Amino acid sequence: MSQSTEIAPMAAGSPDRLTGFKTFWHYFSVNRGAVIGLVVFILLVLAALFAPLLAPYAPDVQDKTAFLRPPAWQAGGSSQYILGTDPVGRDMLSRLLYGARFSLLIGAVVVTLALVGGITLGLLAGYFRGWVDVAIMRIMDLILAFPSLLLALVLVTILGPGLFNAMLAISLVLQPHFARLVRAAVMAEKSREYVVAAKVAGAGHLRLMLKTILPNCLAPLIVQGTLSFSNAILEAAALGFLGLGAQPPTPEWGTMLASAREFILRAWWVVTFPGLAILITVLAINLIGDGLRDALDPKLRRS
Amino acid sequence: MLRYLLNKIALLIPTLVGITICAFAFVRLLPGDPILAMAGEHGVTPARYEELKEQFGYNLPVWEQYARYVGEVATGDFGVSISSKRPVLQEFKTLFPATLELSFFAMIFAMVIGIPAGIFAAVKRGSWFDQSLMGTALVGYSMPIFWWGLLLIIFFSGYLGWTPVSGRMGLQFFLKPITGFMTIDSILYGKWDALRSALSHLVLPAIVLGTIPLAVIARQTRSAMLEVLGEDYVRTARAKGLSAARVIGAHALRNALIPVVTTIGLQVGTLLAGAILTETIFAWPGIGKWMVDSIFKRDYVVVQSGLLLIALIVMAVNLIVDVLYAVINPRIRAA
Repeated sequence: MSQSTEIAPMAAGSPDRLTGFKTFWHYFSVNRGAVIGLVVFILLVLAALFAPLLAPYAPDVQDKTAFLRPPAWQAGGSSQYILGTDPVGRDMLSRLLYGARFSLLIGAVVVTLALVGGITLGLLAGYFRGWVDVAIMRIMDLILAFPSLLLALVLVTILGPGLFNAMLAISLVLQPHFARLVRAAVMAEKSREYVVAAKVAGAGHLRLMLKTILPNCLAPLIVQGTLSFSNAILEAAALGFLGLGAQPPTPEWGTMLASAREFILRAWWVVTFPGLAILITVLAINLIGDGLRDALDPKLRRS
Repeated sequence: MLRYLLNKIALLIPTLVGITICAFAFVRLLPGDPILAMAGEHGVTPARYEELKEQFGYNLPVWEQYARYVGEVATGDFGVSISSKRPVLQEFKTLFPATLELSFFAMIFAMVIGIPAGIFAAVKRGSWFDQSLMGTALVGYSMPIFWWGLLLIIFFSGYLGWTPVSGRMGLQFFLKPITGFMTIDSILYGKWDALRSALSHLVLPAIVLGTIPLAVIARQTRSAMLEVLGEDYVRTARAKGLSAARVIGAHALRNALIPVVTTIGLQVGTLLAGAILTETIFAWPGIGKWMVDSIFKRDYVVVQSGLLLIALIVMAVNLIVDVLYAVINPRIRAA
């Protein structure tokens, strides 16, 4: 894909696109881990979409006769609650299924916000250079000077705890990575002949930035976007775990872990399953990310 | 070299100013009245309110307030904690060694396993060891460490009963801090049972905090090593008939470790962020737990100064890494 784009920017719907995708899929599917990651991810998306159909119970329904019921295969468990119940008698499986909605939503919203912010700032900085560049990049450096979780914590303290504010805070923290990437790519592309040609042909600043240059910076952005997706899920779960993200009784996995903490030595399942769900989701996305990098990076591909 | 160093420091000045602005702005961005916010949940009498307003200079123009704040910070005045009534800097000094000790052992754990594993994986590229190591590293990299910590507690503290659940040392030991590092202090006092206690408290949190750096270091060492193993001078060394151990140890490793050193340095931010979670889980009395506790106690003076101090530490460490990198890699200095 990126080899053909060195000659001409790829226009939407060009005949190149299908062959581009085929090449991409060819390299992506070589990576067994990436394919496994993709399958798991698709299953997670399906679980999130059809949670109301799949879950045996509503996520907030309490069974007062079944507090901390162990999973079905353990003594004391029953097939009524396959993965057991939590300290207030809610079905673990149902809550986990609904929790997938939150994690995927968090990933999608955070990456979208960070992408839009990062692309805008990176384009402006790389295209105009000068004081615009200096001002934007110094602010990005500043954001990166703080450990990400600490900055997110402080931002949530200012904005107030909650899922939406946590997502805002995390996207702000992750956004400099995109800005740096776009800036570097724009600077590399800007002096290329096709850009000069477009400029001579009379393209304005906006057209040059968005239609001529941006499509050629997509590959690294896609990879970074995937990594940020998993980072966002981890950080949101961490904030939830610390009590500053999604608030109970939201079945967000990190929040579930926080309220399960005091039972760790009595009921292993209330701690194990939500964390396992986070790990599997993040791992699947990181596997996809590795595969995307291999498939989209022409330097690695040739070797 | 000196020019390189001065140049690097000059580049940090805008960031330094930015960090102070962030810390300064933090208290003022909090919802509600900053003085009431700083006074905590107990509130203040109207007379005390005016007094505090005067004391913190809220009646001055913003830029004057900022100048005042920078002046205070520059002279080492980081304010007084609302909840403990002790100077923030003093609290920081007593808690920071705990975080440093934990981070140090976490990093040792990560390096001692990560570097040899990465080297071995690169040398045996494509082998089952390589594949399983890279798989494990990706799992480690994807790990929600707060959950990992809880799992280790369930298994080692709950099920096996080998390690304590939380804290830094058994309560029966009280050592007047010399260095603030429990392990070093107990050696200095010659109290071996205290050392044992300190180490048994340290092992789980260090593993938890070291997990992500371990994964990153193993991956980075492997790829750096792979790159170096393809170089001409390594082929020459092999062609000369040197043993595999000598080629890897003397020729390849030295150059492969250059990017690894940078990676290790860049993990400091990760460590400090991880310390927030690890210390919270294990009730480890360091600055990570201090920050979280202060947020919940609404002790915003501590949050403000902690934010500033932690950012300064990260900045200083990054500078040291840059300089070290230039020392071991002369090509950087020229650029």
